[in-house]
Amino acid sequence: MKRAEKKKEIKEIKSNKKSEEKQKGLPFFGVGKIIPFMKRYRRKIAVMIFCGLCGSAFDIMIPLFQRYALNHFVAGNTLDTLAYFIAFYIVSIIAMGAVNYVSCADAMEIEVSINRDLRNAAFSHLQTLSFSYFNQNSVGYIHARIMSDTSRIGSLVSWTMMEGVWHVSYLVGAIFVMMAVNMKLALLVVSIVPLVVVIFSFFQKKLIRINREVRELNSKITGNFNEGITGAKTIKSLVIEEKMENDFTRDTAAMKKKSVHAARVRCLFSVSMNLASSLALAIVLWRGGYIAKSEIGTFSMFMSYAEGMMEPVRWIIDSISSLITTQVNIERLSRLLETKSDVSDTKEVVEVYGDVFEPKTENWEEIKGDIEFCGVDFKYPDGDEYILKDFNLKIPFGTNIAIVGETGAGKSTLVNLICRFYEPTSGKILIDGRDARERSQLWLHSALGYVLQTPHLFSGTVRENLLYANPAASDEEIERAIKLVSAESVVSKLEMGLDTDVGEGGDTLSTGEKQLISFARAILADPKIIVLDEATASVDTITEKKIQSAIDTVIKGRTSVVIAHRLSTVTNADIILVVKDGKIIEQGRHRELLEKKGHYYSLYTRQYEDEATSALLGDAV
Amino acid sequence: MCKRHKNDRGGGRKAALVWGFLEGSRMLFLTSVIFAALMTLADMIIPQIIRAAIDNAIGGQPPKLPEFVIRAVDAIGGFEYLGRHLYIMSLALMAASCVRVISQYMFRVTNEKASETLVKTMRDRIFSHIERLPFSWHMKNKTGDIIQRCTSDVDMVRSFVSEQLVSILRLVILLVMSITFMLSMNAPLTFIAIIPTPFIIAYSFKFHKKIKEGFKECDENEGKLSAIAQENLTGVRVVRAFGRERRERDNFEKQNKYYTSLWVRLSRVMSRFWSTNDVLSGAQVMMVVVVGAVFCTRGHMTAGEYVAFISYNSLLVWPVRALGRMLSEMSKAGVSIDRIQYIMDSKEESDSENPKKPDMSGDIVFEHVSFAYDGAPQMLHDISFTMKGGTTLGILGGTGSGKSTMMMLLDKMYDIALDSGRITIGGVDIREIETEYLRKNIGMVLQEPYLFSRTIAENIGITKPDITLGEIREAARAACLDETVNSFSKGYDTFVGERGVTLSGGQKQRAAIARTLTQNTPIMIFDDSLSAVDTETDAKIRASLEAKFGSASIILISHRITTLSKADKILVIEGGRITEEGTHDELKCADGIYRKIYEIQSGTGMEATA
Repeated sequence: MKRAEKKKEIKEIKSNKKSEEKQKGLPFFGVGKIIPFMKRYRRKIAVMIFCGLCGSAFDIMIPLFQRYALNHFVAGNTLDTLAYFIAFYIVSIIAMGAVNYVSCADAMEIEVSINRDLRNAAFSHLQTLSFSYFNQNSVGYIHARIMSDTSRIGSLVSWTMMEGVWHVSYLVGAIFVMMAVNMKLALLVVSIVPLVVVIFSFFQKKLIRINREVRELNSKITGNFNEGITGAKTIKSLVIEEKMENDFTRDTAAMKKKSVHAARVRCLFSVSMNLASSLALAIVLWRGGYIAKSEIGTFSMFMSYAEGMMEPVRWIIDSISSLITTQVNIERLSRLLETKSDVSDTKEVVEVYGDVFEPKTENWEEIKGDIEFCGVDFKYPDGDEYILKDFNLKIPFGTNIAIVGETGAGKSTLVNLICRFYEPTSGKILIDGRDARERSQLWLHSALGYVLQTPHLFSGTVRENLLYANPAASDEEIERAIKLVSAESVVSKLEMGLDTDVGEGGDTLSTGEKQLISFARAILADPKIIVLDEATASVDTITEKKIQSAIDTVIKGRTSVVIAHRLSTVTNADIILVVKDGKIIEQGRHRELLEKKGHYYSLYTRQYEDEATSALLGDAV
Repeated sequence: MCKRHKNDRGGGRKAALVWGFLEGSRMLFLTSVIFAALMTLADMIIPQIIRAAIDNAIGGQPPKLPEFVIRAVDAIGGFEYLGRHLYIMSLALMAASCVRVISQYMFRVTNEKASETLVKTMRDRIFSHIERLPFSWHMKNKTGDIIQRCTSDVDMVRSFVSEQLVSILRLVILLVMSITFMLSMNAPLTFIAIIPTPFIIAYSFKFHKKIKEGFKECDENEGKLSAIAQENLTGVRVVRAFGRERRERDNFEKQNKYYTSLWVRLSRVMSRFWSTNDVLSGAQVMMVVVVGAVFCTRGHMTAGEYVAFISYNSLLVWPVRALGRMLSEMSKAGVSIDRIQYIMDSKEESDSENPKKPDMSGDIVFEHVSFAYDGAPQMLHDISFTMKGGTTLGILGGTGSGKSTMMMLLDKMYDIALDSGRITIGGVDIREIETEYLRKNIGMVLQEPYLFSRTIAENIGITKPDITLGEIREAARAACLDETVNSFSKGYDTFVGERGVTLSGGQKQRAAIARTLTQNTPIMIFDDSLSAVDTETDAKIRASLEAKFGSASIILISHRITTLSKADKILVIEGGRITEEGTHDELKCADGIYRKIYEIQSGTGMEATA
């Protein structure tokens, strides 16, 4: 059947990596959620359905042409209406071409448009979600929601609709014509249909399961390749090449066995479908052969319909199961779209300050930069232990706070709260004396600078990355910012200076260089509050010195919160908070804490040893 | 002329490579093609049965059939009898259908078997070749790229052989057979049916060549869109902290819109192609219908032949349309074969002739060893030292000082140039020692060890196929890992990596140490492999090493003076040179870096600066 071939062809060309997911729930359950996205394309959908109907009408007509040719010309031994016949035939073919064009083009356009709308909706909703969502779901998972779920849904909606119309109407039309011509024979042919349904349902489940197993094995083999290559050094030094090879051969043998098994089932299935078609043909010949005597055309028409009918039946059952599998995609996507943010602005706040997409900057007060924790209790939404209990801390404008502790001790909690990435479970955080929740998130964020331990640059030029902080910055301001953090050498080294593309994630630059650029970016935003997560990664001594002086420059004249690893940052801080096991256990200035000889003392000593040793050995990366 | 000659040779080499991979599946492919021919033959017979039914059994015309068929029919009572008992014709049809589906089944299953065998052979050979390529090759080539060659390029070659080549063969068989049958019925109508096919093939070939660009553009833009989403997600903190949600949304929507518009444009082109093709094949069918009807009325052919003709014609329509696409995709396979050939042509590690297997517990001696990585500045300068067999050597050096390189050379991961000194073990140049033997006798733990995605027990015992759990636990205990493992709910059967637990840096290091301990080698190297465990555990592990492997030659690389201090000899490496050499007691009194670091780490240095 043509449509099926066409769709198959598109699939092959696009090489859509479809993966059947575990089925659950009722069929069609989730489809309702997609209807709002379809509404915009009502007219296109209507045209597509209409053209699909016309297309199937033409497909039903073709055997009728042959019937006429046989009955009238061949059996009647005359050519009297041949000219009309040809004219009518040609017009039909051209009309068929036209409606096929429209229905195909429309179906694809609807597909990609719905995909686009779904992606946009998912993406902009993500921009409003709080950090707990990003902490609970991996980047890969969320990414798959935006990119692959949406495309499967769009393809399901448009193609299923178009093909559904075509197949169902072909089936109905063919049965109708057959019945109109010869009721008894028609009923005989139709009686094959239940048989086809039984065959199909028998194979369907099996096929889905086997295909999944084959895919799993396949990804295991890819994993093996990956191990064999990334672990090359270890494999060689352990001399286990042969073992790895044997294990690999074992897996590929399992894969071969499973694939051949899958092929057997698949072939058996399509063979039984073909046999059912032949059975229909045989029935026509046996019970309908006598018709050929008087009306050879009618006989041949029956043959065509009997053969052509099986494909739509098969399609209908097939698409029911694909609807079930796609439901998983719909469910996951709508779960994303329905996720409510843990941190959100109240209606009143949005009214005055605007939301993230349409801020009302004219209503924004100037930020001063005082922060105060007032009786803050905090636990993470997915944790059960309180991390902060009645925490009070005044951070007047210009204060420099350092947070120290071992890796994984929970140093970022305070930073998350100050940035309002999370909100206190109870108690409040005051910004300039008012509860942070009384102003919009964007208001706070636009006055906030943030430099990450693993600096994140976007793909694009250096200039674009700098302008990210402040799109209105002039060339002079950019120059000045770069100079302030002594990143001139980084920029001048680049082939096209500021207009050099840094690659995905800024990967053409070294970590140290990325860090300097991200400092410049933070300075351009000219924030009142700056949050810094110092890198532990070793960089060469010259860059190290530059970074240190850049930090000093950046925190000058601002309220700063630094997750500190460098001795100089720690010793000069106004307040040092020492974190262990998620809790703040010591607090004070450098001297006071050293004299305590507590956790800070041992942390500091180790840090000192490491830094001094590295400095002496002149570590170079 | 010369260039062309070279190209031909390249083509020949490609064919030779694929031919080699086809070992074990050649007969299967051949069988599958034979079944395909059988299936096509059955396809040809079915319309003939219907024709005989219409013309001879029902229509009562004198049969135009081969002699043996007529004799067979006469034996059961002649066509008249068949006309009265049509079920016999029906059964004949079913019988032919059965032959058809059985050969179809056999064709597809043998084809699948053949292609899976081919894939397995390719994968196995490539994998084992990669395992035996020198380490420098691995460093030179990007993992992602190699993996792509091993997966998608392999798939491409598979589909080239099992789909494209076989499809083309099938089509040739189909064309030859149907033309033969059609010619036997009516020659002029056959020409009318055949004439449009080359045009349809050419049209679809040209079209698929043309839209390839369009697909490439779509793919690239999908990649861009995907990258925007990816960056937004990984950089979510930066986005929020700078309050740039709106910019991100606008950026995404813009790219999304552009990407969608590309698809819309492409879909129009494709729809146009399909509908044109529909019209073309529709016209071809019409010609056969009309001209056939005219022939029938003129008495050139019978009604049954006419019906059969239309059936043959419809058999041709789709394969002909698909052939254009097949042909346009074949060029991709050439590129893939090239990419695989690159791997297979790289040279495997090899030993010198008559490699030696000396006693490995002897002295390890570096004699004027200098080394530089490919195209990089000199890494090691004239390194010379002697390490007595069974003693412990400590090495102190900064990142990039060359200490790990020395170990790589000792393990023959890289080769020392002939004029750049040599390393001997028990007096034998390692160049002459069998590589496998050498590595089996050197246990090396790396700073960032690699664990395989298997269970902890399998990881520790990976070098020994018949190791007992008791031995595994003993090694784990010596590496201070036993307790940690017991705290996991599945104990030693806990899976490591993506599908199981993620071990911390220190746990990984200890697992790697345990793995090396099971090897019980005369030489052990710990390359900064205790850096992520705390000082106490470090001391415990060293104590158990001392107790159990006192007779082994142990090389310890570390930043910690406490780790190094017990060594029989300590080297300080700076910038690829040995700057200090001696025991702990000697070095701590000498006026060098070692003393300074010792002072810092023993606490005396800090008091001075703080």
